[in-house]
Amino acid sequence: MSMPFYVSPEQLMKDRSDFARKGIGRGRPVVVLGYGDGIAFATENPSRALHKVSEIYDRIAFAAVGKYNEFENLRVAGIRYADLRGYSYDRADVNARGLANAYAQTLGTVFTTESKPLEVELVVAEVGADQAGDQIYRLSYDGSVAEEHGVVAMGGSSDRLAELLHAQWHPGASLPQVLAWARRALGSTGVSQEETGVVREIPAAHLEVAVLDRSRPRRTFRRLDGPMLVDLLEGVS
Amino acid sequence: MTEVPRGTSGGFPASYLATGSASFLDFVQAQAPEVLASSLRLPASAAPVDGPHSTTIVALVFTGGVVLAGDRRATMGSTIAHREMEKVFAADEYSVVGIAGSAGIAMEVVRLFQLELEHFEKIEGTLLSLDGKANRLATMIRGNLGLAMQGLAVVPLFAGFDLVGAAGRIYSYDVTGGRYEEHEHHSVGSGSVFARGALKKLWRPGLTESEAVGVAVEALTDAADDDSATGGPDTVRRVWPVIMTVTADGVRRVSDDELAGTADRLAQERSAAATEARRFRIGGAAR
Repeated sequence: MSMPFYVSPEQLMKDRSDFARKGIGRGRPVVVLGYGDGIAFATENPSRALHKVSEIYDRIAFAAVGKYNEFENLRVAGIRYADLRGYSYDRADVNARGLANAYAQTLGTVFTTESKPLEVELVVAEVGADQAGDQIYRLSYDGSVAEEHGVVAMGGSSDRLAELLHAQWHPGASLPQVLAWARRALGSTGVSQEETGVVREIPAAHLEVAVLDRSRPRRTFRRLDGPMLVDLLEGVS
Repeated sequence: MTEVPRGTSGGFPASYLATGSASFLDFVQAQAPEVLASSLRLPASAAPVDGPHSTTIVALVFTGGVVLAGDRRATMGSTIAHREMEKVFAADEYSVVGIAGSAGIAMEVVRLFQLELEHFEKIEGTLLSLDGKANRLATMIRGNLGLAMQGLAVVPLFAGFDLVGAAGRIYSYDVTGGRYEEHEHHSVGSGSVFARGALKKLWRPGLTESEAVGVAVEALTDAADDDSATGGPDTVRRVWPVIMTVTADGVRRVSDDELAGTADRLAQERSAAATEARRFRIGGAAR
């Protein structure tokens, strides 16, 4: 009779973390930046149909990196949760904190009990009445949650991106300004860019950009594309 | 029966994460049917329930869009239950729905229908076609058939802008969920017979948006004239019908100021005509 190998819990968790991190690190990064009138999300994504950023509810959006099928299921679950809660109580009773909590529990449970962790990293953001009221939660593959202020970067080269953006970002920045920072930061990722320091100019058509615009009534989520995005990107050079 | 998640300990139930339909109605029927009005089961022998009823809704197309209008009165028997009720709602960015019938159930149908469209839009990332929206509404009305047979009928009138055909379109329904596309104009509710008469005389091809709003006000005024359950423009309390237009630019609610002008003009015209008729009558008797 063969004996199963003993694997220490530390080793088991480390292996799972390494596995999840490797999967997430391969994906293109997503950046989230607060601006005066809302919260902006940007990523390099040539697809117009397979989104990484989406609307969850009136003031709540979802952004993800990693395996598409895994975060797509999480996104749909969030919409179902928010819509059912808003229907049973009131639209005002749906908030990002409750949603982030549900995501954290789900991610944490999968991480410890399933054979493989989810290879995803998420942001759940809720736009407030003013910039101080904005809430941005970052969720990791193991269910850990961090509340971030102003700037989040996830996916490949996320540490480098976060560093770049934190150096520039300040509260009250305008939308064209934060989009220019985001585009430049995203264009500086990639092996050759990081070695040479050359920044690629990402064409507007290859950027997926969405905002939670606090000035809009009810549903604040809006995708920015086409000529509108080009105008915004040309606003600051 | 799963409870509506009141807390989120333990994360999402498995059914939330399952791949499934983009319909909120299907989801809620499986997960929390107790929150739906259509899951109400009344005792079979119960007398028909007598709740507030809402009344006349009119719709008509104009060049480049469609108008939907509803009066503000809800009645319970011969009593006026509400004077400022709203029965016309934006269903989404390009469609509107107005409801006649049992008021409480009607409000719930509208809320569910709005959410059904929004839920689909968020999950699929695209709008339903206008026919698709109209069919979803038919399914909901059919789901209410049990209640309708016990006196809680709901009859909607649905209108929207068809982005493919670039025109306004109107759909009417019966309590069994039958869906019928109407051309030119239509009306539902207790005052609909009178409103329809007015629409037949006043509607013509090529109406502009503001002319169409005027026709809608006139049709509702005629309905209120002859149907006690329909409220006309209320010049004392300054309560006007709810009127929405849908065009390629989306849904717009016609402002109270605009309606006050239209209603006052109409009242003056009719008052002048009545005075003239009266003068003629008295004059005739003297001769």
